[in-house]
Amino acid sequence: MDIVAVLADSFRTAFGPIAAAYALAAVGLNLHFGYTGLLNFGHVAFMMTGAYGVAVTVDQGGPLWLGFIVGVVGAVVLGLLFGLPTLRLRVEYLAIVTIAAGEVLRTLLRSGGESSLTRGVFGIQRFADDFFAANPFDRGSYGWGRFAYSERGLWVLVIGWSLVALVTLVVVQLARSPWGRVLRAIREDEDAARSLGKNVFVYKLQSLVIGGVLGALAGMLLAIDRQSVNPDTFLPVLTFAVFAIVILGGPGSRLGPVVGAIVYWFVIQFTDRFLREAIAVGWIPESVIDSTDVGAVRFVLVGAMLMGLIIWRPQGLLGRREEVLLDAD
Amino acid sequence: MPTEQSGHSSPPPPSPPPPPPSAIPILRIERLRKQFGGIVAVDVERLDVARGTITALVGPNGAGKTTLFNLVCGFDRPQSGSWFFDGRDVSGRPAHRIARSGMIRTFQLTKALSKMSVLDNMLVAGAAQRGEHLLSGLVPPTWRSQERALVDRAAVMLERFELDRMASEYAGTLSGGQRKLLELARALMAEPSMLLLDEPTAGVNPVLVQSILTHVLALRDDGMTILFVEHNMDVVMSISGRVVCMAEGRVIADGSPDAVAADEAVIDAYLGRRREA
Repeated sequence: MDIVAVLADSFRTAFGPIAAAYALAAVGLNLHFGYTGLLNFGHVAFMMTGAYGVAVTVDQGGPLWLGFIVGVVGAVVLGLLFGLPTLRLRVEYLAIVTIAAGEVLRTLLRSGGESSLTRGVFGIQRFADDFFAANPFDRGSYGWGRFAYSERGLWVLVIGWSLVALVTLVVVQLARSPWGRVLRAIREDEDAARSLGKNVFVYKLQSLVIGGVLGALAGMLLAIDRQSVNPDTFLPVLTFAVFAIVILGGPGSRLGPVVGAIVYWFVIQFTDRFLREAIAVGWIPESVIDSTDVGAVRFVLVGAMLMGLIIWRPQGLLGRREEVLLDAD
Repeated sequence: MPTEQSGHSSPPPPSPPPPPPSAIPILRIERLRKQFGGIVAVDVERLDVARGTITALVGPNGAGKTTLFNLVCGFDRPQSGSWFFDGRDVSGRPAHRIARSGMIRTFQLTKALSKMSVLDNMLVAGAAQRGEHLLSGLVPPTWRSQERALVDRAAVMLERFELDRMASEYAGTLSGGQRKLLELARALMAEPSMLLLDEPTAGVNPVLVQSILTHVLALRDDGMTILFVEHNMDVVMSISGRVVCMAEGRVIADGSPDAVAADEAVIDAYLGRRREA
């Protein structure tokens, strides 16, 4: 068993571009769920909007920067579509609408043929050439030993984590402002906020739209990293992976979503690599788990880990325990 | 002072001397009606509340007292009726706008914002905060001085309500009585001209009840108008200048505490009789 390779690989994934994209999405969902108390079960719809905004725009001959704008504007429109009819109602209605809308959007994107705008199930590829053409890093491998990224991976990673740092700063600043205080008041009791003269509906809509735009940025990053979009990478389970990250990090905490994303991807990659190695060297007999089962088993382990977390550390990695205990009343 | 706002539908009394501004009711309710299905929850023909007074709203459970609060504060919509606050028609306005116009309510079941500190509970109530706008929230210099003034005012208020030692604690750790005090103090942070208190002493120990009553009386002396729902008749009799009794959605008695307590209809509907000889 090459434990160094397993660990190096796990860290590579934990700090890689995909983890950065998930962190971005989680910062947005934390604004919804952690700060405002909104149950957005369709975060994947925002990610799809961002990814397809870029892919379709470039595929239709537009420049990459226009694709970014299309993705962001699309997310704003989607946030308004979700929010305007539901945010005056109880929280459950947003949950119902968003979980359905995510699937509606995915079905819509995959419904056309190869010649349609979204190219249906075939998806769109190679739309981010301009992004990689702007890569300032020379060809080569960057890192230490086995913990290394290609120049291409490094470029996405630098942009991705810079974006994570930027949006985290903005969201933390907002959360510390009186604006964020109103959001927390709404999370605690929206009738109380209303009775004190706060326009609850507008704040919830602002939160939904801003968090949704962050979801769209995450979708763009995923799409660019893969140079490919396909409707079936945006299954509802993606939303719940982001929820897992938010809960892992601690809902309502400042750095929780970022730390959560890193830990989540470390665990996913570590269990995968470790199980494969263990099977290869015969520690785990093939009759118990063979290498084709590993993909499923790692999620079982992630589930078990989340259960353990909820039992022993319900506030998440960076949350405040006292706040969770107050819920016991 | 909006003295020339007498155009509201009420016909003037026979020989009206021009009323001094303080005689114009701060709250006027006209033909307010709310039905839930076939049940009439509120059917109030006319109710005025005079400025700077303490008015108690009493009546049996289900009389429509809380529904009346909900309607007047915009938390629920009536089938018909109109109401005027400070001379302005606020009928059908959303709750946050009615609150901003200076009428702040509290709740029967206190709504302490549990996972926020006591101080944050107070600060969030501050009216017209620049930092509550999304874009200025991002630029602290635009709201920092206002925030400092707000913190100072909250500190004074917390001291007045003997909650100053709890300022940095989570509101969820307060006792029931302290939550009632916090809710009252928080309502005051919004600088209202009228308070609607829904059972301010329910579930509060006798010492804190006295403290709350002292605060309410002091507020009235400062010019605040208070309308409160209460079941504790001792409280009602000791602080209110006027008592309104509701039953089945209607006002069945309205007058001085002693007169209402002696009213036959009130005794039948609410207070009950002593053992009769």
